[in-house]
Amino acid sequence: MAVSKNKIRNFCIIAHIDHGKSTLADRLLEKTKSVALRDMTAQLLDKMDLERERGITIKAHAVKLNYLAEDGEEYVLNLIDTPGHVDFNYEVSRSLAACEGAVLIVDASQGVEAQTLANTYLALDHDLELVPVINKIDLPSADPDRVAAEVEDVIGLDCSEAPRVSAKTGVNIEQVLEHIVKDIPAPQADDSKPLRALIFDSVYDSYKGVIVYVRIKEGKIKPGDTMRMMATGAEFTVVETGYMRAQEPEPCKELTAGEVGYITASIKTVSDARVGDTVTTAENPASEPLPGYRKVNPMVYCGIYPADGADYENLRDALEKLQLNDAALTYEPETSGALGFGFRCGFLGLLHLEIIQERLEREYDLDLVTTIPSVVYKINLADGSMIEIDNPTHYPDPANIVSCEEPFTDAHIYSPADYVGTIMDLCQDRRGVFKNMDYITPDRVDIHYELPLNEIIYDFFDSLKSRTRGYASFDYEISDYRKSNLVKLDVLLNGDIIDALSFIIHSEKAYSKARKIAERLKENIPRQMFEIPIQIGIGGKIIARETVKAMRKDVLAKCYGGDITRKKKLLEKQKEGKKRMRHFGTVEVPQEAFMAVLKLDDND
Amino acid sequence: MTMIKPIGLYLHIPFCRGKCPYCDFYSVYPDEETVEAYVSGLIRKIDREDRIYDTVYFGGGTPSLLGAERISRIMSRIRRTENCEATLECNPSDTGAVDSSFDFRAAAESGINRISMGLQSAVDSERKALGRRAGCDDVSRAVERIFRAGIRNVSLDLMLGIPFQTPESLEKSIDFCASSGASHVSAYILKIEEGTRFYEKRNELILPDEDETCELYLQTVSSLESKGFHQYEISNFAKEGFESRHNLKYWRCEEYLGIGAAAHSFVDGKRFFYGRNAEDFINGVLPVEDGAGGGEEEFVMLALRLSEGLSEKKFADRYGKLLPEKFKNKADFLIEKGLMNYSCGAYSLTERGFLLSNPVICELIECL
Repeated sequence: MAVSKNKIRNFCIIAHIDHGKSTLADRLLEKTKSVALRDMTAQLLDKMDLERERGITIKAHAVKLNYLAEDGEEYVLNLIDTPGHVDFNYEVSRSLAACEGAVLIVDASQGVEAQTLANTYLALDHDLELVPVINKIDLPSADPDRVAAEVEDVIGLDCSEAPRVSAKTGVNIEQVLEHIVKDIPAPQADDSKPLRALIFDSVYDSYKGVIVYVRIKEGKIKPGDTMRMMATGAEFTVVETGYMRAQEPEPCKELTAGEVGYITASIKTVSDARVGDTVTTAENPASEPLPGYRKVNPMVYCGIYPADGADYENLRDALEKLQLNDAALTYEPETSGALGFGFRCGFLGLLHLEIIQERLEREYDLDLVTTIPSVVYKINLADGSMIEIDNPTHYPDPANIVSCEEPFTDAHIYSPADYVGTIMDLCQDRRGVFKNMDYITPDRVDIHYELPLNEIIYDFFDSLKSRTRGYASFDYEISDYRKSNLVKLDVLLNGDIIDALSFIIHSEKAYSKARKIAERLKENIPRQMFEIPIQIGIGGKIIARETVKAMRKDVLAKCYGGDITRKKKLLEKQKEGKKRMRHFGTVEVPQEAFMAVLKLDDND
Repeated sequence: MTMIKPIGLYLHIPFCRGKCPYCDFYSVYPDEETVEAYVSGLIRKIDREDRIYDTVYFGGGTPSLLGAERISRIMSRIRRTENCEATLECNPSDTGAVDSSFDFRAAAESGINRISMGLQSAVDSERKALGRRAGCDDVSRAVERIFRAGIRNVSLDLMLGIPFQTPESLEKSIDFCASSGASHVSAYILKIEEGTRFYEKRNELILPDEDETCELYLQTVSSLESKGFHQYEISNFAKEGFESRHNLKYWRCEEYLGIGAAAHSFVDGKRFFYGRNAEDFINGVLPVEDGAGGGEEEFVMLALRLSEGLSEKKFADRYGKLLPEKFKNKADFLIEKGLMNYSCGAYSLTERGFLLSNPVICELIECL
């Protein structure tokens, strides 16, 4: 039986990474008795191994909770957990679109951080009611009064009644639930209108096909209805509707306006159920799809190749499956002279790239080679045309280039004031343009820089963390494209260009980078039968050079009483070793050499 | 009556009084009872085979530990061709010592006509570092006794790249070989094998580096050549006509029967070997099958160890087809790089190629 609309609260939890979002979600599940205590595990909603290991939320999760409030009424709380990292803003964005309110968690010792702010602005963009919560009051360094003042100052949110909790120990969790019920409005919902439901997530199930997670904005839907995807026009007969529970889904007769639930309809093709699309019914279609969903474009690209060419099809299948749950991932086939057949993949950022790579390797058991990440450059050619390239291989002949443009970001770094110097050094080194600096509190600053995206996609975040002992936080937004003096570096082994190692870089940095790459390759390419010249060039001009000396001795001297087996085994081993190598003409390069070039950072 | 084609016979004698720190051959301590049982085991196996042999090789271990009497007893059970080459590996410490009772004459009478002895180095400090108990004079004495017994075919083993070795000390060892009257020299580059004492203390050993070792090898090749020993295999050198016929069988992919613990066989197209356990052998445990032998890969891999190299004609005769075009292209590339030669219808490795024989052969075999 459907509950009264005014007893429904749809909300999400937003926070800077590590401020305790998933832990608070765990406590809410406990307090509402959604999970038996014996089944409780930490980070219950983060089902992916990777999420638990890294302690982060990658995917949005939804769960329906029943809460008996102090006013004696029973409420339905739909919690949509969201990721916190900047790379996953799009996940946050579509989750926000499904809610009326958001619980904003702020760490009682760390205070407002970069993503606290970024996520707050996102929530305000979606007109969400914010419920501030000061978390981690159990920490010895906690200073809830200071942090509450900070939230009021920086965000402008009244914190006088903000619950001060410890999600870890469970202190004051009821207050959070009460605030959700009191402060967050019930959904404006009309069952009689044509159906409009926002798909905020979907997963593939091998029995049920695609399971679509929706927030019903208007109208209703039940099994037997014909659902229509408004963007693609695809239609399916609804098989099941239901609610997400903490552990098992709970089927229901129908989903009505204001509710959050799932729909299955034997949807086979993943591309038919795009996250962000609006579901309506064929019987009584809505005229307009829902607004508010922000389409995201990949900002970082790289080539992903199977280490073993035979895995190409498996890689394609894996990417297809991942894309189902990850609208921001794009891929298209590409070929590399060096690496064979693979895919050019687009990501939101480097963390997103790493996560996808790790999921491909773990969940799909694939051995991969990835190329150096690239951003999207705009190149103005002599004939007046402009091309966009996300792959250095497509970089045109410099003679035909009038100018190049690269994406810039508006970046905010939040840090204790002590680290201002080292942060500015880092940003300066990354070609940053200083904009301004605000003191949030006497000892915390917000440093605003304009940074080229290609300077932050490699290891900016890692460098920042190590320079500030983990205290700085960072958020960025793409701002615009700017003219820049870019060049393409080519790596030549034995005189042949290795396409997979080419990349685009600012000309000022070309020489030092080229030298480092050459050295790194020299260290990582084992001696072979012949001398191997390593050259780094721009166009036809070589700007750095190293040589891998020829190996001189690899011989099995003795014949042990006709023991041919031993010799054969040795040859087999040698052949196996060769298999793990990438072959470029006559040169063999181990995977580690690619990685070594890829991982070049400041400290090298 | 059909002619039986003679094959080689290898007898493994897995007994040593001590273990050399670089050696990972299988050996056990020679207590009388075990030795006697082992010899009986060998004879049982020999008697069971209805074959004729044109080479016999007592390898070890230390075959000379058996003593001439037991060797004669074994030899008497082996059906041999008239000109059968019969080699006995000897340790200078038990055959060259002043008070040694080893009877080379009796051995010669039983049919032994070739002796292979481990010199390793003619410099006593180097010998000591290798854990060799005998001195240089023991080797000299043994060689003298061998010649006096009427055995003219003597081979000495040298080791390259050993602790303390320099080009000068190596030259001394080579001179020793040449002036000793030996007609054959095997020169092996020291390889630190797992499970040896050298392996345990590999980080403390002061060894010539890779480049120096390569130079030592090249020096050995040219110096022995100048003294009349021509190279016929990666590690083997001989005066004209004194190549080891038994070992050539391995490299030419011809058949041989191996009897004894850890002995390997290639008979009737099949490879098999006995486990590394003397007790098992004595108790009659059967050899382990190791699949078909004599395939193209094997043939090429082994032929390329020889100076005579891989003959296009022999390959074609044996396998009924020509070497693939891909193989020839790869070979041409390696010739261009100075690692291979081609002459008179045969591909062979150069000296530099020998030093890189593992990767070179691997490259070529992939083209078959």
